[in-house]
Amino acid sequence: MIFVTIGTQAPFDRFIEMMDEIAGGMKEEIVAQTCHGTYEPKHLKTIDFVPPDEFEQLFTKARLIVAHAGMGTILSALSRNKPIIVFPRIAALGEHRNEHQLATAKKMKELGLVYVASNREELEQLIKTESLESLAKIGETASESLTESLRREIRNTP
Amino acid sequence: MGNDRKKKIVAVASIGGHWIQLLRITRTLESEFDVSYVSTHEKCGVMVNGHPYEQVADFSRWDAYKLIPAFFSYWKIFRKMRPDVILTTGAAPGLVALAVGKMMGIKTIWVDSIANVATLSASGRVAAKFATCVYTQWEDLSSDSIRYAGNVLNIQQ
Repeated sequence: MIFVTIGTQAPFDRFIEMMDEIAGGMKEEIVAQTCHGTYEPKHLKTIDFVPPDEFEQLFTKARLIVAHAGMGTILSALSRNKPIIVFPRIAALGEHRNEHQLATAKKMKELGLVYVASNREELEQLIKTESLESLAKIGETASESLTESLRREIRNTP
Repeated sequence: MGNDRKKKIVAVASIGGHWIQLLRITRTLESEFDVSYVSTHEKCGVMVNGHPYEQVADFSRWDAYKLIPAFFSYWKIFRKMRPDVILTTGAAPGLVALAVGKMMGIKTIWVDSIANVATLSASGRVAAKFATCVYTQWEDLSSDSIRYAGNVLNIQQ
């Protein structure tokens, strides 16, 4: 199963439509969390909002995550050792408030953490690559140096 | 009050990536401090069962008029919870929380979202003007006033 998610903030019809077309040519089940878009998918199994416990189950079950370039989704995929393909939202197309997803995707790719697709061809090719593997492993919590710095700061409150 | 009293933290973040980043930090603080949570969706409360949880309305810089009710919500929440520290990973609702905390004389900590890889977020730049401390999660964005100590990714070698 492939799990497609676009976060909880805004629809992302351009991406969902592409995923729907790709799903039309595939046998594998694709479940998509679509966030009240206007495009009506024909091939994807869709859900609007996924509560955390169900989200957890879908993530665990999926062999691959395909998503917008939101850090919440990226962190969730990496912490569960799932390969993730990100397709950044573009603010110039009204898909986000600013272009940070392009920057996030570029940085995450440089760090060797995610696969990035920026058009339909790249997306389809990556999805159809067999045995796409998780690129990196991250800890269950933030880095010790950050949390230790915060702990010191908090202890140091009068 | 004795010095061995547990410090109280109110941890604030909007639903989504901000919330997930917040939990990756606060889960490591829960053993030492009393941690309460504030977020913008009831589903977030489910994820922190066993901790006090309050909800505020979500908003962005696009609908900033919601800032005023949020301001009063935080005022009530902090008066009730009496935290020593307010910690947030953003976004706009977290900034309002820090502003209210600052007015109430509470220590305020902003951790800028890891999604801001090229510049500090707009909210983070505002927080930098008044918060007790501001962290970036990217070393090259740090400065004399913006700290870097690591990030929520915590890549394993």
